[in-house]
Amino acid sequence: MNGAHDMGGMHGMGPIDTDPNDPLFHAEWERRAFAVTLALGFQGRWNIDTSRHARENRPPPEYLGSSYYELWFKAAEKLALDTGLITAEELATGVPQAVSDTPPPDPERVAAILRKGSSARLPDTVPPRFKAGDRVLVRDVTTPRHTRVPRYCRGRTGVIDRDHGVYIFPDTHAHGEGTKPQHCYSVRFTGRALWGDAAREKDTILVDLWDDYLEPAP
Amino acid sequence: MAGHDHEHDHGEGGHAHAAPASPLARRVKALEALLVAKKLVDPASLDALIDTYEHKVGPRNGAQVVARAWVDPAYKARLLDDATAAIAEFGFTGRQGEDMVVVENTPRIHNLVVCTLCSCYPWPVLGLPPAWYKSAPYRSRAVLDPRGVLAEFGTEVADDVEVRVWDSTAELRYLVLPERPTGTEDMGEEELAGLVTRDSMIGVTRARSPAREEPA
Repeated sequence: MNGAHDMGGMHGMGPIDTDPNDPLFHAEWERRAFAVTLALGFQGRWNIDTSRHARENRPPPEYLGSSYYELWFKAAEKLALDTGLITAEELATGVPQAVSDTPPPDPERVAAILRKGSSARLPDTVPPRFKAGDRVLVRDVTTPRHTRVPRYCRGRTGVIDRDHGVYIFPDTHAHGEGTKPQHCYSVRFTGRALWGDAAREKDTILVDLWDDYLEPAP
Repeated sequence: MAGHDHEHDHGEGGHAHAAPASPLARRVKALEALLVAKKLVDPASLDALIDTYEHKVGPRNGAQVVARAWVDPAYKARLLDDATAAIAEFGFTGRQGEDMVVVENTPRIHNLVVCTLCSCYPWPVLGLPPAWYKSAPYRSRAVLDPRGVLAEFGTEVADDVEVRVWDSTAELRYLVLPERPTGTEDMGEEELAGLVTRDSMIGVTRARSPAREEPA
C-alpha cells in the first residue's frame, strides 16, 4: 500500500535525534506494549507480514501522529479482535467470556522461541529468475494491500547484487494467501537512478526485492 | 541508559511515567489485564521479554562478533560468507536475526543500514533499535541523503568513498563490520570490543578510536 510508512525519499521530517543515551523505552506502557505484542504473536494466529500490514494500514495523518509503540499496540489489539482472540465486549468490560485452555508459553519456552526464531527462508525448490549482474526493472507495484516494494524504487532500473535464496513472499503471506516461495535478491541502484542530480555519483542504494517485483530491464 | 527497575512501574522513576497514566497507557494496561485473565499471555513471560531485550540482548553481542572478525581473518571470512552461521558460533541466534548479512566497511566503501518501511533490525546482535532508527527523519533521508544523515551523526565520508545504503525491506538483517581503528594493533579482542559501538554497527558512525573519549 502507498502508506505513510513508506518514507524513503520524503523531505521535511526534520533532524535526527542522535543522542546515544536515548533509552529504548520512554515510558512503562511502551515496555508493556512491546511485550504484549510479542506474547500475543506466540498464539500463532498471524504472521510478521500480517502484523506489518496492520501497523502500516492507518490513515497517513494517524500513522505520522502516532508514536512507534502506539502503532504496535493498536495493531496488536486490532489483530486480537479480528482473529477472535478477544471480543469487543471483553475489551470494553475487561471481563473474560472465555478462557484459553492451552497455557501460554512460560518464560522458559519464551526464551527457547526467541533463540530459535522463525526464518522466512524456504527450501530452495524454485529456480531464480535472475542472477548476480543481471539488470532488472522494478515493476510499478501499486496496491492497497501489503507489499515490500518501496515507492522510491518502482519503475527504476538496478542490478542484481546477490541472490539471498528462496523466501516467503510477503504480499500473499500478509493476506493469508500462502507463502508463494520465490527468490529474494539485493538489487543495487545508483543514487542517480533514484534521485537524479540530488545524489552523489558514487553512492548506491541496495533494496531487497522478490522475483515478482522484477522484470528484465529492456 | 535505561536503568529503571521495571518492577517500579507506578511512578517512582520521577519523569515520564510519574505523570497520571495517559489514555493510551490505560488502554495498554487494560488489554494486558484481559489477556492475562484469558490465559493468552503469561505475566512472567511479559516481564522476561522486557528484561531480555532491555538488559540481556544488546549491542555488546555485535561488538564481540566485530572484534573477533578484526583479530581472526578466518572468522572474518566465514562472517562475510555466511553471517548467520558465523554469528551463531557465539550463540547469538533467533528472532529478527534468523538470516543475517554482514557488510564490510573499507577505505573505499562505507555501509549504512536502514529500514525505510518499518524498523527491521538485527535483534540478536544489536538488541532493539534506538528510537531514531525507527523515526521518520532517519527512515526518510537515509536513502535520499545518506551523507547528510552521516553528517548529523558527526561522520564525514570522503568524496571518493562510495556510501552504500542497505534498505532492509525483506527478512535479511544487516550488520555493518566497521573498519578497525588505527592504533589498536596491540589490543586484544575484549579491549577491541569496547571500541565497537551500536551506531558503528548500523553504519552511522565509525568504531571509536582508542585515543578519543566519547560516549557510546
